[in-house]
Amino acid sequence: MTDGATGARASGGEWLFHAICVLVLLFLMVPTLLIVPMSFSATAYLTFPPAGFSFEWYHTFLTDPEWIDATLFSLRVAALTTLASTVVGTMGALALVRGRLPGRQTIEALLLAPLIVPPIIVAIGVYLQFAPLGLTGTLPGFVLIHTALAVPYVVLVVSAALQRLPPSLEMAGLNLGGSRLACFRRITLPLIAPSILAGAVFAFLASFDETVVSFFISGVEHKTVTRKLFEDIEFNLSPVIAAASTVFVVSTILMMWLADASKKAATQ
Amino acid sequence: MSVTTVTDLPAGPAVPAAAPALRGRLSLPLSLLLVAPLVLLLAWAFFLPIGRLLLTSVTEPTLTLTNYRRLITQPLYAEVILRTVWISFACTAAALLLGYPVAALMARPGRVVPKIAAVCVMVPLWTSVLVRSYAWIILLDRKGVINTLLVQSGVIAKPLTMLYTDGAVLMAMTHVLLPFMILPIYSSLRSLPVDLPRAAANLGAGRVRVFFAVTLPLSLPGVFAGCLLVFVMALGFYVTPALLGGPQTLMIATLIGQQATELLDWPFAGAISCVLLVLSLGMVITFKRLLRLDRVVAHD
Repeated sequence: MTDGATGARASGGEWLFHAICVLVLLFLMVPTLLIVPMSFSATAYLTFPPAGFSFEWYHTFLTDPEWIDATLFSLRVAALTTLASTVVGTMGALALVRGRLPGRQTIEALLLAPLIVPPIIVAIGVYLQFAPLGLTGTLPGFVLIHTALAVPYVVLVVSAALQRLPPSLEMAGLNLGGSRLACFRRITLPLIAPSILAGAVFAFLASFDETVVSFFISGVEHKTVTRKLFEDIEFNLSPVIAAASTVFVVSTILMMWLADASKKAATQ
Repeated sequence: MSVTTVTDLPAGPAVPAAAPALRGRLSLPLSLLLVAPLVLLLAWAFFLPIGRLLLTSVTEPTLTLTNYRRLITQPLYAEVILRTVWISFACTAAALLLGYPVAALMARPGRVVPKIAAVCVMVPLWTSVLVRSYAWIILLDRKGVINTLLVQSGVIAKPLTMLYTDGAVLMAMTHVLLPFMILPIYSSLRSLPVDLPRAAANLGAGRVRVFFAVTLPLSLPGVFAGCLLVFVMALGFYVTPALLGGPQTLMIATLIGQQATELLDWPFAGAISCVLLVLSLGMVITFKRLLRLDRVVAHD
């Protein structure tokens, strides 16, 4: 942490800078971490500081059929979305980076749209499109729209990996008599696998976390866990929400750490 | 973004000129086959629904501009649009003021402090917006954390109403969007050569002057990208205003939701969506070069 010549003058300004940073970091972290003590509360309503200590709300989360159904449904949607967007996205990335495509730049620009268009517009539009087809509140409906929303992440991450990979490696394989498919399976795929994994994790989280579209296309029978969370936050502020949130936050952090580690392994 | 082509390879004299290009790249039919599922999926599940929603705003019940006329002539709707733009703007300004110092801290040399700062930025980013909005309800409720602490310490006699106000929405949105400001600024500060501020310092500039003459101007691309990202995301924000805002604090996104689900007025929802889309996309297209979405997604 030496700043060379200015180190000697590390004084009031430096102190103020650090004080501001600590306050902003607390602003970022405190609301996020607050749900953890709340989830161990012993009372049915929210009090602060939490009265007593219990695992009651974790028990409720893990036994209440509504929470179980919603969580399992979200996991099913996210798993299928991950599979679909990883396959579709990797194929697309291959075509965009290694292929000869007319209008490549247009496709690349349009790919960013799902990241920019406000989710509420997508939600209403998709509801209008899916409802007459009976796709709202169904597994295929959720997987279709979640894959459309998650696939750009996969394309971006995998394209970046393909661009870092010199085509000479694949060329060497081709020159040695390998088929296109064999070269992809034995050369390209192993080399971009960590990025595909990172893209898969992004896709999984994009689906599992997706709130607005899921809120609007959830049915009475099939709802995602984000819809369940949304309803409970709006109508009964039970500490089960805090318990469920804690479980999801911890799982997310573990998954992102995994994706990050695999991406680091890929670039090193 | 240029793709390395076969021309980079030492081509043997025996190879005909056209051959390397053919070998290095996938053929046109194969490329089309590979990209087809992606294009069809996005076209059918994403672009078509949005297009149809926008179309209903001018075709239902007949070819008409009534929905847009209503949007312009009724002051309530103009108020919602202005409030949304104002909250988004305030949110962007707050995020910039709070985010820049943290980005600077993350970009400093050293191992421990920048790492801790990075964790504090990433953990909220990986936490669902729902969870973070819920946390703000716990904080701001009449029986919530802040009121309890203030009453117990005797600062105030009666709990304050903080939830369901513009202030609550603004604070929670700033919290949710802050990482999207910090990461692009951090990214541009990281790519800034350390020699430049050091050279300015050696030439006799004080810390303040080094910052304003060297560091800040060179980090402006990150600042612009962060501001654009936060502003556009704030314009279309649904979850936080829906949960933390009251009936008095409708924003464009919550108004669209209300029109569609409670009043079942899809054409009018389509008209408001059109306004929101024009605002968001207009901003992005105007400042396209400043927004490096791939950088934000890859956050490295």
